Amino acid sequence: MSDLRVIDVGQISRELARLCGEAGLILPDDVSRAFASAMQSEPSPVGREVLQVLIDNARLAAEERLPICQDCGLAVVFVDVGQDVHLVGGDLAEAVNAGVRQGYQEHYLRKSVCHPFSRANTGDNTPCVVHTRIVPGDKVRLSLLPKGGGSENMSRVLLLTPAQGLEGVKKAVLEAVLHAGPNPCPPIILGVAVGGTFDDAAVRAKRVFLRHLGSQNPDPEAAALEAELLAMVNDTGIGPAGLGGGTTCLGVFVDIAPCHIASLPVAINVQCHAARHKEAVL
Amino acid sequence: MSQIKRLSTPLSDADVEGLRSGDRVLLSGTIYTGRDAAHKRIVAAMAAGQAPPFDPRGAVIFYVGPSPAPPGRVIGAAGPTTSYRMDAYAPTLIEAGLKAMIGKGGRGPAVKQAMQKHKAVYLAAIGGAGALMAHCIKAAEVIAYDDLGPEAVRRLEVAEMPLFVVNDVYGGDLYEEGRAAYQKK
Repeated sequence: MSDLRVIDVGQISRELARLCGEAGLILPDDVSRAFASAMQSEPSPVGREVLQVLIDNARLAAEERLPICQDCGLAVVFVDVGQDVHLVGGDLAEAVNAGVRQGYQEHYLRKSVCHPFSRANTGDNTPCVVHTRIVPGDKVRLSLLPKGGGSENMSRVLLLTPAQGLEGVKKAVLEAVLHAGPNPCPPIILGVAVGGTFDDAAVRAKRVFLRHLGSQNPDPEAAALEAELLAMVNDTGIGPAGLGGGTTCLGVFVDIAPCHIASLPVAINVQCHAARHKEAVL
Repeated sequence: MSQIKRLSTPLSDADVEGLRSGDRVLLSGTIYTGRDAAHKRIVAAMAAGQAPPFDPRGAVIFYVGPSPAPPGRVIGAAGPTTSYRMDAYAPTLIEAGLKAMIGKGGRGPAVKQAMQKHKAVYLAAIGGAGALMAHCIKAAEVIAYDDLGPEAVRRLEVAEMPLFVVNDVYGGDLYEEGRAAYQKK
């Protein structure tokens, strides 16, 4: 017990408020590099024009302190709490919400959270979605993914039969991308979780967006599937902004986990090109 | 090769008849904003025989929910939202004289038919380019449904807003044509 590290949840709020501003206004480096690389390979002149607009937009957003995209997202926060940490000063989930509330207000980010039926806006972008894990160590890792609605709407969870197998998974991904077409602001990034359960697959299909574009899955089976799905999706011709071209997708992140003998869950989370992700370790 | 066409609001039948899918447009003048919740209210008001918050005749509506204006600015980031969510309401506004819609993503068959029948076009803005698009907006004012926050109806003054013609009055569809040109196999 003597080795417990004490962290005040107020620190978590402050750090998250800062991350909200950084995420909303500054495009991550891995996404910038992916845009630059796509400019070299994109065959469509209109597609290259769209990519140039996205590059210019990111530069302007950073210079002028404006959000990259007006949809500043619903804040999804992953909190990994070390098991040697003692959190004090209040309720963790409330501290996370307080940080999001403060960050969205201070940085002039759009508040996009409302009641599902009345559509009345809560006014402060909360409640956010919090996924908490207990992990080894004495640190707290905060990972923020502000997720836009347009791309989230194109996401799917499917419960395939085991007989549908790997081919069924590929078909499901292709169908989701074709159905999404230009709607989710291509070039997109795909999170594909296979296995687990209905709920677990959906969370893993989102958690993979904490990875960086250009990184490879250490599992060779997952890495091979990532490469195959990326090529397949880019062959659809949907292209940047859906106006036609070879860059429909900047990257695919696959996560494979064991599942029940009766099941083959597949979750496909679609991420727009404004792939905001920021982390801090306390 | 597509052309760049300069247009000013309000738009006439002749203006939209001169556009083809794939054309680039630089749009200037007064336009109105509205998205999910605002459309629901506008169409409900019209069904009840009340006047909509702006005259739809010759008008252009931009599907956008801007981020808040930081100090010293007229508006925050202001890129397009996904249009299909407005498909349930769009034909009513097109019949009432709306000439153009600005958004991103594909439209349903009923909206495409209404555009051809009543002469209106669908224009795409680049999704996500919210900071860049804010530069084309010179003035912004909430004119209805202030309680909807980012979804309130605003009157915007825009200068040379860069757009692509997706659906023209002749049945053209840039999303289908663009994809077909680059699809492999």
